[in-house]
Amino acid sequence: MEKTSNSSVFLLTVNGQIEGANFPDYDNLYCKYCYVYGHDWAPTTVSTVEKHCITQITSKSSQSHKLIWNFPLETTFKSTNPSGWPQLVVSVYGPDVFGNDVVRGYGATHIPFTPGQHIRTIPMFVPEPTWRLQKFTGWLLGRRPEYTDPKVVAHGEGREVTRVRSQGFVTVSFHIMTKDMKRMGYDTGPTNSSTVQFATSSQSRDAQ
Amino acid sequence: MAASSDIREKLRMKRRALQDTLVKNKNEDDIQALVPSAKFNVDNQPTAMKEAEGSDEDPGESLRRTLRAQREKRKTKLLEQPFVQDEDVGEVSPTQYNSPNEGPSSRVDDSVVSTRPPTGSQRGVSVKSEQPSSSLHLDTFVTRHLQEKLRAARSKGESLQQQETSKDSSEPVSRLQRLKDRDTITRFDREADPVSSGRHDDPLTLRSRVKFQEQARRVEKDFPTTEEAYNFFTFNYEPDQPSKPESKSKMRQKQRDGVEEDDRDENGQEEAEVEEEDEAEEDNQDQNEFQSEEAPLVRNEDNLFVIDHLPQDFVEVRKAEYVGFKKRVQRDCELLFTPSFRAVPTSVKLPENTMPRFLEDEGLYVGQRPAVSLTNKNISENRILKMAEGSKWFGDDGKILALPDPIKESSTRPPLFHMDEELDPALQTVYRKAMKSQYANLYIAGATDPEGDYQLDVDVSGLIFSHHPLFSREHVLASRLAQLYDQYLSRQQNNLTGHLTEKLNGLRKALRNMMRIHGEQGSSEALQHRISEYSLEVRNTRQLRDLEQEKDRTLLRSIIKVWKEIKSLREFQKYTNTPFKLFLRRENVDRALDEWEYEGEILKEVLELEAESEEQYQKKLAEYNKQLEDWKLWRKKQKAKQKKKKKKSQTQDDTEEEQEEEEEQDQTESEDQFEEDPVKPEVPERPDIDSLERWVREKASRIRRKPGEAILVPELCTSGGVTASDLCPRAEVARREDVSRRSLFIKILYNYKEVSRTDSCSLSTDFRVHFGQIFNLKVLNCPQSINLQVFEEIGSSYSLLAQVFVPVPDPSVVTGRAPIEEIEFSSNQHVMFDHEGVGSDVPLSFESDGSNKLTLLTSGKLSCCVSWGIGEEGVPLAPPLSQHPGGTHRGLGHLDAVSYIGASGLYDMKKIGEWAVQSRLDPNDPKNTSIMHLLKVASSGEVTAPDYFRLEHLQEEFNFVSDEEMESSKRFRLLRLRNQEAPEFRNYKFVPLLEREVSDKVFQDYEKRLKDGETIDTRQHLNPHRAVVAKYLQQIRESVINRFILTKHHYQLSDLVIEEEIPSIGILGINLFKLAESKRPLKPQRIERKKVTAQNLSDGDIKLLINVIRAHNIPIRKPQSSKPGQSSQSAVQGSDWYLSQVQVRPFVEVSFQRTVLQTTTADGPNPSWNEELQLPFNAPNGDYSTGSLQSVKDEVFINIFDEVLYETGPDDKSRATSIHTQIEKHWLGSVKIPFSTIYSQSKIDGAFKVNTPAVLLGYSREHGNTSVYDQWRSTQGGTFVRLFITVEPQLVPGESVREKIKEAEFNSQEDERLLQASEKFEKHAAGGYPDRPCITTVIDLSGKTIFITRYIRPLNPPQEFLDAFPNNPQEATSLVARYVSLIPSLPDQVSFSATCDLLSTCDQFLTLLAGDEQEHAVLLCNYFLFLGKKAWLIIGTAIPEGPTAYVLTHEQSGYFIWNPSSGQFYEKGDTFCPLQTVGCLVNSDNVWFNIQENPSPLHTNFDITKVKMWKPFFSRSFSHPGLSSVQVNVKPYLYTSIFSFSLECPCIPKMF
Repeated sequence: MEKTSNSSVFLLTVNGQIEGANFPDYDNLYCKYCYVYGHDWAPTTVSTVEKHCITQITSKSSQSHKLIWNFPLETTFKSTNPSGWPQLVVSVYGPDVFGNDVVRGYGATHIPFTPGQHIRTIPMFVPEPTWRLQKFTGWLLGRRPEYTDPKVVAHGEGREVTRVRSQGFVTVSFHIMTKDMKRMGYDTGPTNSSTVQFATSSQSRDAQ
Repeated sequence: MAASSDIREKLRMKRRALQDTLVKNKNEDDIQALVPSAKFNVDNQPTAMKEAEGSDEDPGESLRRTLRAQREKRKTKLLEQPFVQDEDVGEVSPTQYNSPNEGPSSRVDDSVVSTRPPTGSQRGVSVKSEQPSSSLHLDTFVTRHLQEKLRAARSKGESLQQQETSKDSSEPVSRLQRLKDRDTITRFDREADPVSSGRHDDPLTLRSRVKFQEQARRVEKDFPTTEEAYNFFTFNYEPDQPSKPESKSKMRQKQRDGVEEDDRDENGQEEAEVEEEDEAEEDNQDQNEFQSEEAPLVRNEDNLFVIDHLPQDFVEVRKAEYVGFKKRVQRDCELLFTPSFRAVPTSVKLPENTMPRFLEDEGLYVGQRPAVSLTNKNISENRILKMAEGSKWFGDDGKILALPDPIKESSTRPPLFHMDEELDPALQTVYRKAMKSQYANLYIAGATDPEGDYQLDVDVSGLIFSHHPLFSREHVLASRLAQLYDQYLSRQQNNLTGHLTEKLNGLRKALRNMMRIHGEQGSSEALQHRISEYSLEVRNTRQLRDLEQEKDRTLLRSIIKVWKEIKSLREFQKYTNTPFKLFLRRENVDRALDEWEYEGEILKEVLELEAESEEQYQKKLAEYNKQLEDWKLWRKKQKAKQKKKKKKSQTQDDTEEEQEEEEEQDQTESEDQFEEDPVKPEVPERPDIDSLERWVREKASRIRRKPGEAILVPELCTSGGVTASDLCPRAEVARREDVSRRSLFIKILYNYKEVSRTDSCSLSTDFRVHFGQIFNLKVLNCPQSINLQVFEEIGSSYSLLAQVFVPVPDPSVVTGRAPIEEIEFSSNQHVMFDHEGVGSDVPLSFESDGSNKLTLLTSGKLSCCVSWGIGEEGVPLAPPLSQHPGGTHRGLGHLDAVSYIGASGLYDMKKIGEWAVQSRLDPNDPKNTSIMHLLKVASSGEVTAPDYFRLEHLQEEFNFVSDEEMESSKRFRLLRLRNQEAPEFRNYKFVPLLEREVSDKVFQDYEKRLKDGETIDTRQHLNPHRAVVAKYLQQIRESVINRFILTKHHYQLSDLVIEEEIPSIGILGINLFKLAESKRPLKPQRIERKKVTAQNLSDGDIKLLINVIRAHNIPIRKPQSSKPGQSSQSAVQGSDWYLSQVQVRPFVEVSFQRTVLQTTTADGPNPSWNEELQLPFNAPNGDYSTGSLQSVKDEVFINIFDEVLYETGPDDKSRATSIHTQIEKHWLGSVKIPFSTIYSQSKIDGAFKVNTPAVLLGYSREHGNTSVYDQWRSTQGGTFVRLFITVEPQLVPGESVREKIKEAEFNSQEDERLLQASEKFEKHAAGGYPDRPCITTVIDLSGKTIFITRYIRPLNPPQEFLDAFPNNPQEATSLVARYVSLIPSLPDQVSFSATCDLLSTCDQFLTLLAGDEQEHAVLLCNYFLFLGKKAWLIIGTAIPEGPTAYVLTHEQSGYFIWNPSSGQFYEKGDTFCPLQTVGCLVNSDNVWFNIQENPSPLHTNFDITKVKMWKPFFSRSFSHPGLSSVQVNVKPYLYTSIFSFSLECPCIPKMF
């Protein structure tokens, strides 16, 4: 890359997919996702990262209770500082009993540090209404409490004022590649042998 | 049995279901008995059946029941007959009399109906008796039933009493007749047996059920006459009355009853099937032989069941029977069997007179029994025993026969295959990376190649217990003796006493020599010194020697004492356990010599002591003299002081003297610190020489052998014999057996992993174990710990006794050279025995009275040796020193004081001590403090935690760079500054990764700013004052911004979560109402626009909408004639027309952010354009965040122009053909509205006063009288333009930070109560009138919350204003207003880039020379107050400022509203007053909130005394607490400050 010549950066490529979710009580859900990263990070593919991306709506099949999106993710980040490591923020929405679109869960996970394949199961949660009455009216009017910004879940600040309820899980698989991390002095762990192991394990998983 | 019980269960259920009907019909019970003979209709039978069927159950069964009940009744009747007359029947009768009254009345005529009810009732009765039938006890059941029948019959009998006598004679006939009938019925009706009589003869072949059927049929078919009934009833069925003259059939019936019952209980299972068969047959017969009407009846009998219950009675009302608890328990006991869970004695389980036989003992294989809990086993044994042939379940050994454990060793269940991937997450296999071993990094270098192996030899030679639970008392003593003897031997070896004695002698000699020299040569300083040193040494040595001698002596004594104890113990217990024997060898001495030596020694000592005491006495005396002197001095002073005091008490006023005195006192105190209390020192006593000698002798006799006494040398040998076990008492034998059963082994753990273990060696009687094994450990990992675990094995179980940690040897310690070390261990196990063993952790006493208890813990010594092996060539197989863990982990090394100083591997404290002594560590070297501390701790014997607390433990280890590096690194600095949110770096992106890539330029701005902080650049400003003010403002700005940053991190729920407000009921109602309203109302209501959060916007999204509606009172052109220069022919010609037609042709031009748009041109001074102009809005730098939008300083300029057309022509020639028109724009006035106002208010709607120049050349305000508004316009004298301005889409205005600041609790000096009250007041105001601003508290420049009334206080305006018009206060007022309006206005939100209200005091305001409307208003209000006016602050909304502050004055002519920013005033009734709503009024005493209906000043009544219109803050309930003002009393004005205005505003000089 030319960019590396004038200033040193390391790159983090994220491939993968939002595989699916497990929301026992809900159906017909879609998922929004975005990345949250620190000042020293920049996505090289702006289009998919800058804005919120929305997946298709999926519903459960008769056999499985799992919601499958298989929505691909592909981004490359450029960074100079591991602080503010990118996080994937996922929020799931779906219609409620009255057909209003309500939020079904927020969740966030750091993009894995180590190269290789990773599967992350993100536990999802939604903010709770302050009052029980509000819970009822919210249910009735289809206006549940929502975060002002889904990115809130990627930060710790200010969360102490909220109460949340657990909802379900979203499974995301990542394939991580890094470039120049080690050269810049950031050793994120596994040696070559373990990456091979990762690969084999993923293959065996796929075979299943 | 299971099947039968099922059937019974079903029956029971059905019966229960019918219970209701029974109860209902209870009163009709005996209809059957009394009525049937009268009404008898066979034809109706089928209907009856059907009805029954329809009602609830299959009629067959009900019928059967009915019949059986009847039969029962009859039976009882018969039974009753002989003694009915003499029985007292009255008791049960009432119900029977009742029943005919109501029941039959309706049903008597219809037998169909009448027959039915009883079925229910009887069944109900039968339910009661059903319970016993199910039990096994048939006999009791039968008898009870019979008894019940009897009882029932008695009652029945009474009702029949009258008939009885008369019908006695006819009885037999009717009965016979009936019997005949019955025969026929039963034949067709039942089983294949064609001969009816045969059936009767052979009751055993009959199914009991059949019998019922038959009866049922019979009864239904031919209802007996009364006689018949009587006969039937009076028959006796009782088996014990066989002599009765009844017919055989009756008898048979009775018998059958019994049989039936037996049958039922025994072959219950079969019944159902048999019945089926029977019934099938019956069906056939029925159809063949009988009337058609019978068919349904028979068919319905499909699932008839045999019911053997006899109805207790028909009618009987009695109290609920109470069965006593005891009785019930008793009954339960009869019925229930609860197997005991106590163990069954073997004798019961086995056949008589057999002994249990254990196959196992006979050498046969017995499989493992399945595990069953003891209780369960006992219960089942007890249960089995109760059963018949129960004992066959028991084997020869008295245990329940059991197969071996049924559990298979390996699972045969096929593995689970999950089709779905939905495997339980808990079961899912999770890939985990292989973990590195804790010691993985500690590999010894070179260990990878096989040659480089290191070998650690662990030699475990043996074990000696110094205490063991199995010690007998003798052992305890013996071990103590052995210990003492060991001690003795070691002392003997060291022979400290001898050494010290010799040393003492030598010293004495030397001293004597010296004394001699001293005596000869006179004293020299050095000699004196040496002598004293020597004598000190002598004294010390002597004391040491005495101590040692005493120790020797006591040791010897205690050895003898223990030995005596052993002897007495052996004597007492009459056997010997230990082979120890103590011999005391006497060494005789020459008594004379000994005595001489002894005396000489004493003499010498006494002499020395004398000398010492003499010396001491001298010293003391000297001290005493000194003290005495001091004391005397003190006394004197005391006296003097007292005198002074007296004097002082007389004068009482001289403070200086007192002070002096005190000083003196201090001095004296400091002088004689040890003599603080005025006690006269005592004269020291002369030491008593005699007592000294006595003391010496005493001591000598205590610690020394008496002269002439033989020297005792103890010798311990193990030659004594141990009494053989046969001769010992049983307890001791048990102990010895126990000892012999035990064995010990040792596990060797290397780095917490077991590597080997010794053979198990049995414990010998002397509690020594010899292993003598050497383990060679090939070592790859660095040794962390070598641990020997001592295990004791009893039988197959073993337990950990103790752990012994062996220090890792130094590399220099190699096999062969390392001595075997004895390492002590102990365990705190609690062990107790019932034999002679003393146990462990058990109090033990050797005294007869049990006192002096001692508790012994298992302990011992393990002799072992750990060393590095030696290779073939004698090379030690030890890793090099540098490889030690201390070396590899430098960071952790800091923790270990020992390794820190380089003495790695010296874990043993003793060794460290030795090493410290050897290496002559300087204890004063600060480098060595840690080790000295460690040694001190170690030598004190107890390892205590350090008595200091380290606050940031391991902090140093976590610091990845040192502070200096942190400071010097540009990158880190950048990161830190960004983290601190320094303004330059707040959103700095991409801090370079490498240090060298951080350019120095980055910090230039920042450093410049920092530098600027100190210096004030005067060049940029007009004058120094301005510069200072700007600087000050900047500082305030920064502090405010910092505060905002702080509050920004203070989150509220609403900041994070969007949540619907709880709709109030009213809103809900409105919403419901809305549903009903028309879709397109005639008068549409304004729908709130959706607000857009600013973040998602980009350039071009926002537009500014300006609707120019109309203008009033635009200056009109003066007649052209007055402008001679412009005269043209056409103008002159059309002058009249022109004037009348076109006074002015105005249009509006709006310019905003480089966009200029204009309206069309309208005519006249009051034009109406009604045009909408759209201007694009671009935020600075494309940043559409709320903060940046707030700080937009752009203004909207609205200019009004007059469009003037001139027709010009180049020449007259072409005028005919072409017209040249010249358009001129004549500026008439302008309005400017800051964008921030529009943004914060989202829309502005109102009439704006157009700023017109004072003199407008060519235009005049006077115009023709054509306008309608002339009346008041003339009074106004201003031009107005009506505008509607808004932003499209509507933006969410920035949230006020004020709340947050309050939240964040920047300290307020106001009373908490006041703050709460104000909050409540404001909340209430906002709730009631959301559009009216209400402010009670404001924030001052330092961020403190201050109550607003504190700002209002009369303040003197510059004196010049007062002096200017001494006679005209009105003029002065307007001057002051003008003055205030000239102070530059600076909206807070612009300066602080956030909505916040900071209110500075007037003083600060005048210093800063900038402020918003509120500050202007306050200043103006204060000036007015000074001028003696009644003035208030109006908090309200105005155009275009939005929420703002105005000033209200009250004069004789009425109320006036002052705009502080423009200096203009309006009358209350002025329509063009920019103030739109009046929120509240403030003066120095109170705040009044406007609660009038219409808030516009036009309609507002300003009489604040009216409570209905103005809600005061301070009322009677919450009175004014007397808040002091924050304003200055008098404001001094410098002329220069006024002058500085004059520079900027040239208008002011004009005023003066």
